[in-house]
Amino acid sequence: MSVSETYVRYRQTLSEEPLAIGVLLVALWMAWSLVNGLLTGGIQVSSLASLVWDGLLRGLIIGLAGIGLSMTYSILNFANFAHGDYLTSGAFAGMATSYLVAGIGENSVGALLLVGAGGSVFGGALGIGVTTAPIAVVFGALIAGVATIALALLIDRFVYRPIRDESGIALLITSIGVAFALRYLLQFVFGAGVRGTTAAGSVPRVSVPAIDGTFRVTAHDISLVVVAGGLMLGVHLLLQRTKLGKAMRAMSDNEDLARITGIPTEQVIRTTWIVGAGLTGVAGYMFILWKGTLGFNDGWLLLLLVFAAVILGGIGSIYGAIGGGIVIGLTASVSVIWIPSEFGRAAAFLVMIVILLFKPEGIFSGRTTA
Amino acid sequence: MSATDIRGLIQGLFERDVTLVLAVLGTIYLLYVLAGVAFGYGLRGQLNSIANLTFYIGVFGMLALALNLHWGYTGLFNIGIVGFMGIGVYVTALVSKPPVAQGGAAQVGGFGLPLSVGIVSGVVVAGLFGLLVALPALRLRADYLAIVTVAFSEIVRFTMMSRTFQTFTVPDTVDLWLFTFDPAADTVGLGGGGGLILNYPDPLEALLRSLFLWEPYLGLIGFVERNYIPNNPKPVLDGVLYGVLLLIGVGLFYLLLSRTGKSPFGRVLKAIREDEDVANALGKDTDRFKLTAFVLGSALMGLGGILWYSSRGSITPPSFRPNITFFIWIALIIGGAGSNTGSFLGGAIFAGVLYEGPRYFKNLVQTAFELGDAPRNFGEAMAGFASLDPMPFVLYTLDSISQLRLVIMGVVLIWLMHNRPEGLLGHRKETASSVDLARPGSAESTGKPAAADGGEER
Amino acid sequence: MSETDESAADGSTPVEETATGAEPPSAEDDAAAGGSSPDPDLTDVMGAEADTPAGDDGDRYAPLEVEGLRKEFGGIVAVDEVSFDVEEGTLTGLIGPNGAGKSTTFNLITGMLDPTEGTVRFNGEEITGLQPHEISNRGLARTFQIARELEEMTVLENMMLAPKGQIGESLWRSVMPVTRGSVREQETDQLERVWEVLDFFEIDHLAQEYAGNLSGGQRKLLEMARALLTDPDMLLLDEPFAGVNPSLEKRLIEHIHELRERGYTFLIVEHDMDLIMNNCERVIVMHQGRILKDGTPAEIKESEEVIEAYLGGEV
Repeated sequence: MSVSETYVRYRQTLSEEPLAIGVLLVALWMAWSLVNGLLTGGIQVSSLASLVWDGLLRGLIIGLAGIGLSMTYSILNFANFAHGDYLTSGAFAGMATSYLVAGIGENSVGALLLVGAGGSVFGGALGIGVTTAPIAVVFGALIAGVATIALALLIDRFVYRPIRDESGIALLITSIGVAFALRYLLQFVFGAGVRGTTAAGSVPRVSVPAIDGTFRVTAHDISLVVVAGGLMLGVHLLLQRTKLGKAMRAMSDNEDLARITGIPTEQVIRTTWIVGAGLTGVAGYMFILWKGTLGFNDGWLLLLLVFAAVILGGIGSIYGAIGGGIVIGLTASVSVIWIPSEFGRAAAFLVMIVILLFKPEGIFSGRTTA
Repeated sequence: MSATDIRGLIQGLFERDVTLVLAVLGTIYLLYVLAGVAFGYGLRGQLNSIANLTFYIGVFGMLALALNLHWGYTGLFNIGIVGFMGIGVYVTALVSKPPVAQGGAAQVGGFGLPLSVGIVSGVVVAGLFGLLVALPALRLRADYLAIVTVAFSEIVRFTMMSRTFQTFTVPDTVDLWLFTFDPAADTVGLGGGGGLILNYPDPLEALLRSLFLWEPYLGLIGFVERNYIPNNPKPVLDGVLYGVLLLIGVGLFYLLLSRTGKSPFGRVLKAIREDEDVANALGKDTDRFKLTAFVLGSALMGLGGILWYSSRGSITPPSFRPNITFFIWIALIIGGAGSNTGSFLGGAIFAGVLYEGPRYFKNLVQTAFELGDAPRNFGEAMAGFASLDPMPFVLYTLDSISQLRLVIMGVVLIWLMHNRPEGLLGHRKETASSVDLARPGSAESTGKPAAADGGEER
Repeated sequence: MSETDESAADGSTPVEETATGAEPPSAEDDAAAGGSSPDPDLTDVMGAEADTPAGDDGDRYAPLEVEGLRKEFGGIVAVDEVSFDVEEGTLTGLIGPNGAGKSTTFNLITGMLDPTEGTVRFNGEEITGLQPHEISNRGLARTFQIARELEEMTVLENMMLAPKGQIGESLWRSVMPVTRGSVREQETDQLERVWEVLDFFEIDHLAQEYAGNLSGGQRKLLEMARALLTDPDMLLLDEPFAGVNPSLEKRLIEHIHELRERGYTFLIVEHDMDLIMNNCERVIVMHQGRILKDGTPAEIKESEEVIEAYLGGEV
């Protein structure tokens, strides 16, 4: 594969100018139609607020999962298509733990560990929720992170490490194989059904007043914000304050140079997986807790949005991943004001494609890597 | 031509790809026939099994060949194959479905044009969407192109599912400046989540009628019914015939693509795959070549989609999930990207072993041993181990073979990338030229590799 | 300058005519012998003298004119106010310490990079900002610093790629039954020329090898042979001797001199000062993005500033 390094005349063809004008026109139309809608009452402020809140939460999940993807993308130099299934694995591991903690004694351990496969136990009946079973949730989130780390390290050891020196494309194709194996193993073990996992009815909620109505904030929303915010802060401190963080940043900038200067690359790679997978697993668990249902396809369906966020933010930048995640989450939710709701995700993909065409280095580029 | 010449010719043939293809196909078919014997299939059962196998060999072979043009030759990382397939078959349906919006399930009509027009439209529109994707995206890095194309294929699927495009009312007359149309269609659309009922005339019948072979074919069916397969042999024979037609289709794909590969055009594509800057510095307008290759490949993927789905009774959006794309990728990597023969063989091996094989294996086991009902879930399967009884687990495993099949595919893909990244058949040399490149007038043949002498000169 | 375009457009066909028409016996002999002896008559091998464009307006004609070239990378000036001409049929060397801007200048001339300011003219026609393939098709061929072979293609495929005006580069002509015949015909003709050039560079024994299996020096030879097959008026060689063993280096130099005598023009970027001093009739010295000195090797050797630049920086 030739990656045209020197051939930088990229975006100089006819495709650029008309497209840029087109994007601008669309943006203008969107702004006008939003303002018009709000003024004429066609769009309620409260429903807009509700969409924005929803998009923000979605964005936090995407961003949290995106940090891991972005780190492996820049340090190991490949797009990991199995990342979504890491997230699902974390979610299943975490939920199995929560079920076990919440339901031990009254239900069969097997049914609990299988997260109620085949309708043997219901999360609602166990009262899974951050207020109703806080200990189960805390353990669930922890185990989600730990299990995903173990899985990622195991896969790295047996799948990626033997072909570490291959091209990014070879690794990408391999990761598709990992994604298939992982996803359908999950289906084999946990079944194909989508199950409810939380006692949705008993989650405390408040109605936040907006000008012409209210929008709803639940305890799970708040816990998601707290967990995601805390972890993002933690990663920031890890990368800025520790020696390891510096080594990781050096490696994502230039691996060869890092190796020459004596940075222990394998150790850095291991740490990358640990941090990235840990965040991804917790993101998966919080995602499931927040949306209240769990299926074997959840992570895969989220993956493209996570990619969108990472590309938007610039590969290798954790702040970019977080910012990109929020932009993508908001796009997917808020876009339903202008387009039919089926196309929320399509809109997010479109934003990603436009960014790739105009600013492939990401909108947050120019900041330091990591 | 002397006897030795002829012998040489035959020997050459055996060293060639033809033999390899026949050997691989022969092995797969033999295994299936043997499995059929084990199942106690009669002629009908055997023919059904063969027709089914041939169908998948045909479609995977074609699609792997089309992908080989993108990835194997040009190095374009397209993982949006299923999007182009879906566009192809949906357009065909839209154009050729009868205009009358019948009640019941087939609520959406089409334009009622002949199926041939529908197929050509489907291929052309798939190609046009290829152009739409390629124009901006071809300058992207390979991994970015991958993400863009898979996102594109998902957008296509969302569109198919969308309520917005479910139905349209077509006006009675359309004024286009000078022309006025009176479309026969009434309501058209993509059918939303329910998909489209393909209530146009049977493609096989349409084809045979246009070739004036319909009556003879009915005669053949009558003959078979009287002598070999009593009661309604038509579906079986239809299946076999469709399979044969697909194999002819594969042959045409192969011819087209190997001519494309073995030409100055294909040589430039290969050069782009190796190093685009070099091709550019040698005076090749690489953008034009990439665009042409991408559009041709997309159109062929559209045709592949049409041939796969148009003979079904209906199409629904879930059939167009990215999994299909990855199946085709696995097929290509099994066969070895860069070789057309390899691509087809990869498609055949994938279809026969990985795609259909596990199901046959399950049936075989179930026929061989009288087995009870499988447990409903993994927990019950594992429960058997408590009393040291592995049977529940075995039964559950067999019962879940359709999911485990995908696990196997994943593992095979990983194994290939570790051990045989150049394909199961190893590195295959297909020289990109329309003529033999041996020194003119010399007896040397291209197949003979020159002695590899590192730095030794003279 | 229409004459230039014409000669570029139908470059390959008249070449064949010359090759077979002018001296048929020689060509046939060679083919029949199948030997690897280099053809003594280079006119025959290369088909024709390098095209002499725009008529002979004296011996001062300069096909390549670079004027006021400037390139900035995000505020850093890599090439600054670089102007020079390269006269026809000469061997001109471009030297300078690492980071002097030689390769950037090369990339600006060949269209791999767009200059921030300045113009490049070739055969009197402005080529600034054109795409690399457009520049190549105007008769300005280049090689790369690190030989960039198309590794998974054979030497023959590499060579067959190069000629201009291949009708089979149109997909439809290559695929359609009627037109494929003419594609094959052209390829057969082209093949003869390819083998002649392989013979000339004495790499014919490697013809069936994958380019990726060649040694560093063999790659340099292949790259030059390939560039020559684009039928250029002028060749830009980027460090053609880097990583080449001494005996092969000598051969390469001989080839270059032989080709220059046939009328090809060369601009060579080189690191090794001695090589340039001993072989070029004119030397341009670059330092820190600017032209430090431009003159004959003797003049360069005398120049205080050049010595200082070389001793001051790393050689």
